[in-house]
Amino acid sequence: MKQRIGIATILAGLGILMVGYLKVKREAPQSDLVQAPLPEVVDYNFHIKPILSDNCYTCHGPDANKRKAGLRLDMEEEALGELPENPGKFAIVPGKPARSLLHVRIHSRDENQVMPPPDSKLSLTWREKKLLEKWIEQGAEFERHWAFMPPEKAPLPTVTDTAFIQNEIDVFVLRKLEENGLQPSPRADLPTLYRRISLDLNGLPPSPDILKFADIPAERVGISDYIDSLMKLPAYGERMTQNWLDIARYADSHGYQDDSYRSMWPWRDWVIHAFNENMPYDEFLKWQLAGDLLPGANREQVLATGFNRNHPITQEGGVIQEEYQSAYVVDRTNTFGKAVLGVTLECAKCHDHKYDAISQKEYYQVYAFFNNVDEKGLQMDAVQAAQNHFFADPPFITITREETEKLLSIVNMEDTESVNVMVMNDSMPRQTYVLNRGNYDEPGDAVFPGTPEEILPFPDSLPKNRLGLARWTTDPANPLTARVFVNRIWALLFGQGLVRTPEDFGVQGSLPTHPELLDWLAADFVENGWDIRYLLKKIMLSATYQQQSRLTPELRQADPENLLLGRAGRFRLSGEMIRDYILATSGLLNRDIGGPSVKPYQPPGLWEETNAGGNRGILTKYEADSGEKLYRRSLYTFWKRTLPPPNMTIFDAPTRDFSEVRRQQTNTPLQALALQNDIQVLEASRVLAQRIIGSGQAEGTWVPEVFRTILMRHPSQGEREALGRFYRDMYQRYATRPEDADPLLQVGSYQLKDTDRARTAALMLTAQVIYNLAETITRE
Amino acid sequence: MMNDNPLSEHPLKVNRRHFFSQLSVGIGSLALGSLLIPDLFTRSGPTQVSPAPGLPHFAPRAKRIIYLFQAGAPSQLETFDYKPTLLQRMGEDLPESVRQGQRLTGMTSEQERFPLMPAAVGFKQYGESGAWVSDYFPYLSKIVDDLCFVKSMHTEAINHDPAITFFQTGSQISGRPSMGSWMSYGLGNENKNLPSFVVLTSRGKGNSQGLYSKLWSSGFLDSKHQGVLLRSGHNPVLYLNNPDGVSRSDKRHMLDHVATLNELHQNATGDDEIESRIAQYEMAYRMQMSVPEVMDVTKEPEHIVKLYGEDCQVPGTYAANALQARRLAENGVRFIQLYHQGWDQHGNLPDEMAGQARDVDQASAALIIDLKQRGLLEDTLVIWGGEFGRTNYCQGNFDPKNYGRDHHPRAFSIWMAGGGVKPGITYGRTDEFGYNIEENPVHINDFHATLMYAMGLDHEKLTYKYQGRRFRLTDVAGNVIDDLLA
Repeated sequence: MKQRIGIATILAGLGILMVGYLKVKREAPQSDLVQAPLPEVVDYNFHIKPILSDNCYTCHGPDANKRKAGLRLDMEEEALGELPENPGKFAIVPGKPARSLLHVRIHSRDENQVMPPPDSKLSLTWREKKLLEKWIEQGAEFERHWAFMPPEKAPLPTVTDTAFIQNEIDVFVLRKLEENGLQPSPRADLPTLYRRISLDLNGLPPSPDILKFADIPAERVGISDYIDSLMKLPAYGERMTQNWLDIARYADSHGYQDDSYRSMWPWRDWVIHAFNENMPYDEFLKWQLAGDLLPGANREQVLATGFNRNHPITQEGGVIQEEYQSAYVVDRTNTFGKAVLGVTLECAKCHDHKYDAISQKEYYQVYAFFNNVDEKGLQMDAVQAAQNHFFADPPFITITREETEKLLSIVNMEDTESVNVMVMNDSMPRQTYVLNRGNYDEPGDAVFPGTPEEILPFPDSLPKNRLGLARWTTDPANPLTARVFVNRIWALLFGQGLVRTPEDFGVQGSLPTHPELLDWLAADFVENGWDIRYLLKKIMLSATYQQQSRLTPELRQADPENLLLGRAGRFRLSGEMIRDYILATSGLLNRDIGGPSVKPYQPPGLWEETNAGGNRGILTKYEADSGEKLYRRSLYTFWKRTLPPPNMTIFDAPTRDFSEVRRQQTNTPLQALALQNDIQVLEASRVLAQRIIGSGQAEGTWVPEVFRTILMRHPSQGEREALGRFYRDMYQRYATRPEDADPLLQVGSYQLKDTDRARTAALMLTAQVIYNLAETITRE
Repeated sequence: MMNDNPLSEHPLKVNRRHFFSQLSVGIGSLALGSLLIPDLFTRSGPTQVSPAPGLPHFAPRAKRIIYLFQAGAPSQLETFDYKPTLLQRMGEDLPESVRQGQRLTGMTSEQERFPLMPAAVGFKQYGESGAWVSDYFPYLSKIVDDLCFVKSMHTEAINHDPAITFFQTGSQISGRPSMGSWMSYGLGNENKNLPSFVVLTSRGKGNSQGLYSKLWSSGFLDSKHQGVLLRSGHNPVLYLNNPDGVSRSDKRHMLDHVATLNELHQNATGDDEIESRIAQYEMAYRMQMSVPEVMDVTKEPEHIVKLYGEDCQVPGTYAANALQARRLAENGVRFIQLYHQGWDQHGNLPDEMAGQARDVDQASAALIIDLKQRGLLEDTLVIWGGEFGRTNYCQGNFDPKNYGRDHHPRAFSIWMAGGGVKPGITYGRTDEFGYNIEENPVHINDFHATLMYAMGLDHEKLTYKYQGRRFRLTDVAGNVIDDLLA
């Protein structure tokens, strides 16, 4: 009873504390902002445009239909001009805040006057108002949106600590750090660095013999060779492809509710091949966007255009095909915008873009490029499709076994005789219209292929078809293509892009943390022939990349989000990488390349529970493969859109219903459960344990050996002791009750070796503990 | 030393946040010896999903939602929207003046005639409210005075996939967060041992359409707001069970070592994610107890089993899910989403309808009664309905004993109960053909706005900025329907 009262008192006290805490927390940002000094020179792109865009453009921006009072703030001429509905008055008078209605209205206390109006639920902070005032005072200068100006190499800034510098990247990074009174972190130790590079380039742990180099003094020569050697491995192409599959919304099923099988995997094999050949990025895009239109296009170039057909296709009975044909073109258009240009084109589908200077008309001009495909929509339901081996909607190419022995050797046919792959053609020219509110049955004005003027006008010299679009896209003058790609590569190596919104380089997207660095890298990438390996290596050889990732107390205080890059990125591995890591370290990984997707372990019943019931074609029931196919790399795992592999989605994989260029990084209890209880992980632990026990080494070496095999470093004293204790406890437990060891060791179908049961079980659970460590699933 | 107390947690370094979570579990075990106690410190634990600052926007009427989704779209004309005119004009063509160019699906676009078809069964009025209910629903008819019927729902979508996506996410296009995810994002979790948004599925014998994980996806919101599918059988949450030969105390011992090693590494790296990961492992450990406990209906007393019907003891049935929904509601789960498949009656409607209704009638009524008798109905909002309506003309051969109805987006019926909506009313009215809305239309966006209002959320204010745009469940539309709220 006494205890209860005590607790109640504590509760009451904490309640009061909490209320106080929340209150302070809510008010804090405001007071922070009051104290932050205003910049010397207010920059339009970096300070002003984000405020205007976020708060004003909805009514005073690019969307002509929603514009109020005729005022447009995103264009200099209109913003500075006389207000059409208020003769003699101006929203902005450069140098004269008091005469600028913009300034007056944002400070107004009259509910009917104040901007933004109360019903918008938006409001400006004190700092934002001050910034606007200062900008007007300083002459209210406009600039083009930063990402729509072609990137150029700015001169390298001056820095103090030149010892840090390995290449140009470091100069830009160091400059920012020094401006903020910070120092870069020391170089990571070699085992960490090797593991980092291997994960980044191959998506796999380094080979175990890398531990031998751990004692070599830190010399970068070795790193350069190491990078080269990993880039030559086929695993490099697989790793790069893994990322491209989200972007290209690749799947092995059609999506929508019937969601039956499709055979697009030869396209995936082509992507692996393209990366392993180090195809320049401009070619890589050109082939995928318009390989079929290249002069004398060969089969490989046509195959590459499968990129545009990876979108979901409905098989629902009774759909209006015209509606869906439009949806497919929309998907291609949006994917092109998001994946290639890093622009939210889709916002202009139903109306002029609210923030970016992209009109609805321009949206349909891009749409027009993708609108001439002779596509039918799937003509069969899932059951008929299974009976007729109808796994591709026209147009498709049929790849035969014979062909894969010659030109298309990149496709791994396995035991298949021929396979149909959906591709592009322009054999059904359609007139494109602006679709009113985006509705397929409300055509407006006719439009012709074209691109958004603000980004880069479409030159008359180019053909008005996808090939022209591909050339426009890869024109060095295109301000977006290289920047967007360089940013994604940066994100691959740091966990975050220099632009934190890789999907949106428009005015509502994040501003780059290091604009000059991003532009320098983009320009350098194009100068060097869009060479992807060159770009990766350039970044990886920088001192910035090779820093340690430790979050020191100073950095935690000054830059917890690592915006200034004073340390290397550390982030959780993707679900695919975690599974591959476990397969590789346990020795189970099957390194075959390409071929039809495989079905590793999955909890039973998942497909059956959610499909439409009864026989729904060949994807009605999940039947796991057996033998070696259980251990293929995760990019070959069968992807059914309505129920993607749970051990991937639990780790934030998207459904692939549409293009995604970045994954979330969450940390959930379901992840903890998957790592503890997925058969794949348990089996790997068991196989690793029996392998080490079977190697004949003394028992005392087993635990450290498991540790080294998984984490690629030697355990510390504390780690050694903790794990040793655990192993002994578990050994006693299973030696006392051997009947529990048997079912545990039976997990998975890989052959059980005749090793001591209790010891194997104990070492297996020790491996389980290590596989569940944060370090194991973190790229440091 | 092994620790055999299944409730104990790994002794983390004591910091402020952890102090809270330790304490709350301590109280939970002291008080009930059960993990199924809504956490007293709903905003404190590290594993908690806390509401965003400033939320809810105003006093909520409902704290949680149970959505009994009838997937495939039950016909309004055989459930709650009684249309005697269809009987009088049976077999006549739907007048063009009524159809008004409504687009047709590919199922009936080739059809030469659109003969009006009345319901195969009778309708009667019930209760003080005098609500009309078809003879397919003898149990629901007894509780009509607790229900709030909306007969004027409408949508733009005419095919299942976009229509159900629209209902669940406020958009026909894939990729937006589900309703339950929005609620979790806005209001957080009441129970630190269970997810805030759970999904239960069942399937009737009627013609059914698939379900997809995107329907309970958190879209661009943090994945912690994603719906967790609770499955019938021994593994209700994916990967929940320990492997054979590993006991709960073995698991405790393992987790203690994982945590010890993780802490060592956190000290070396300064990575706060590690602390959070340790907390997630503890939550997972608790879920291994709490989920099977909440799912276990075998200890429900006889009168409850009778109330829901014998099926409620058969895992995977609608009745079992309805009973589990009550248990989840009792335990503070914010959004409980049921789907019952099989309502797509393009043909053989009378037979299939009878079967589907049998599946859901008793258990749906039982859920309302049960919540009410526990005092939970007042702050639990229950919703029953599908993704669109069905045509008043028949699809296929004109045969009053064996007909079908095609998809109809312009008007359909749902009902709600509890959680601040008016009991015993009927809102909205369709024309005598049950085809167009004559009074008080309720669009899906309005419906969402109203649900959010009941939960204390302003649908225009609960936004999430993604790709430069502030997204809402109601997109750019939606009005709260005040007349539905008590």
